[in-house]
Amino acid sequence: MTTRLLTVRGVKTFYGRVMALKGVDLEVNEGEIVTLIGANGAGKSTLMMTVCGNPRAREGTIEFAGHDITRLPTHEIARLKLAQAPEGRRIFSRMTVLENLQMGSITAEPSEFARDLDRVLALFPRLSQRIGQRGGTLSGGEQQMLAIARALMAQPRLLLLDEPSLGLAPLVVRQIFDAIKTLNAESGLTVFLVEQNAYHALKLAHRGYVMVNGRITLSGTGRELLEHSEIKSAYLEGGRH
Amino acid sequence: MEVFLQQLINGITLGSIYGLIAIGYTMVFGIIGMVNFAHGDVFMVSAFIALVAFLLLTSFLGISSIALALFLVLIVAMLFTSLVNWTIERLAYRPLRGSFRLAPLISAIGMSIFLSNFVQVTQGPRNKSIPPMVQGEFVLFTKNDYPVTLSFKQLIIWFVTAVLLACFWYLVSKTRLGRAQRACEQDQKMAALVGVDVDRTISMTFVIAAALAAVAGTMYLMYYGVVSFADGFVPGVKAFTAAVLGGIGSLPGAVVGGILIGLIETMWSAYFSIDYKDVAAFSVLAITLIFLPQGLFGRPDVEKV
Ligand SMILES: Nc1ncnc2c1ncn2[C@@H]1O[C@H](COP(=O)(O)OP(=O)(O)O)[C@@H](O)[C@H]1O
Ligand SMILES: [Mg+2]
Repeated sequence: MTTRLLTVRGVKTFYGRVMALKGVDLEVNEGEIVTLIGANGAGKSTLMMTVCGNPRAREGTIEFAGHDITRLPTHEIARLKLAQAPEGRRIFSRMTVLENLQMGSITAEPSEFARDLDRVLALFPRLSQRIGQRGGTLSGGEQQMLAIARALMAQPRLLLLDEPSLGLAPLVVRQIFDAIKTLNAESGLTVFLVEQNAYHALKLAHRGYVMVNGRITLSGTGRELLEHSEIKSAYLEGGRH
Repeated sequence: MEVFLQQLINGITLGSIYGLIAIGYTMVFGIIGMVNFAHGDVFMVSAFIALVAFLLLTSFLGISSIALALFLVLIVAMLFTSLVNWTIERLAYRPLRGSFRLAPLISAIGMSIFLSNFVQVTQGPRNKSIPPMVQGEFVLFTKNDYPVTLSFKQLIIWFVTAVLLACFWYLVSKTRLGRAQRACEQDQKMAALVGVDVDRTISMTFVIAAALAAVAGTMYLMYYGVVSFADGFVPGVKAFTAAVLGGIGSLPGAVVGGILIGLIETMWSAYFSIDYKDVAAFSVLAITLIFLPQGLFGRPDVEKV
């Protein structure tokens, strides 16, 4: 039996007078990897941030784990164990890797910090070599690992990942996608993944949504979407890197 | 030489006071990008709180141990000044956050005028004084009939400043609150995403800034024995100069800048003209802004994004 973790209904988000999300519906069930693909500027990041309350949805509702979070302040949403590794990574660049991970653990049980730290360092061993270094000195791939590790330190029930592969070498992308897969398979972590790298994302995900211009235009299982002719022509042409 | 040494001692003392105030400017600027023009007046208010507390403790409660009285005065001044600054932030700055950039600055200037006028009206326009709290000094050595002294008051100021800076350093670099503060300085949106209550963290910054200003205010009162409603302005601008000289946003910069401004002021008074000592300190502000706008410890901001 599947449990609904995140439900987005009729969400509209505006930047000033411009409507960026024009009525979005989607859901994420417990234990799933769900991906959202779409061209640059479609509104994917806006949706991720709207789920976290910044910017706020002007219309519609967002429910997470049985709570209506549509009007909740961002930090209170985080306290419900919804963690995000946002677009652009947003590492605290003047803080060390360890401090970044401590920031991630704010909403977690303090007594479990050491155990969680061991876990994320085992997942991304590169970070343990950099533990005392400032976030700003890491390479792009290491920063992305840190962004994900920081989100994992919150012991999230739902992990939002916004374009973790952006600007990274294929090998690093592989490492990161493998990590996501492992987390989902071994700890049952629910992941909502935004990607432009549609091929990899759809292969990894159980289900997927396609966003065009602030609207969901297609949805289905990862396999269905991979085979879909529109998606093939729009997102997968020459995209099998 | 002996004059130089004496002025060194005096300058470090004065500089400690400026440094404690400068931290408040630099912290608030770091977290919300606002020059808190009212901070000098918060310092002045704290000196009055210390004055009232001292008079109450010694005359009504009859506490005769100076050390105990001083300690209690310090605590009371820190608590009440923090409360004042917390309230100011809630009423005068927070509602303007997200408004146009100059709005909080103008509000801070208004607060500065309000505080000094409020004290003038309630405490009177004249200097208020307390009986000397601490007397006595060490004569370090005498040369050419000029004794170089280190007074007990100065020692207390050095000691209290050092202890508070150590606590403050620990708070900022090792505690959850300190980390949350630094995170908010760097990226408030991300800080909120990991669960930091940004508004509360900003409130706490004003509380800490005020507590340090209250230490400065209490030390100032003990050192000079008098305070007036106008005493917020000049020390305030000098501490602001210290923060700019050290690199606004930098905590060690605020302390080093404070000591440097204290030294420049006392050395200038000894070797040039005492009438122009404030001019000397303010020239430093102008010169720093022109030639070294990021200050001594300022961040060149060359990090990967
Ligand atoms: N902070 C902002 N202010 C104004 N417009 C924005 C802002 N962020 C995004 N937009 C606009 O909203 C639309 C969706 O952007 P975004 O959510 O970043 O898309 P995606 O993540 O799919 O590339 C774009 O047209 C973009 O220009
Ligand atoms: Mg995006």
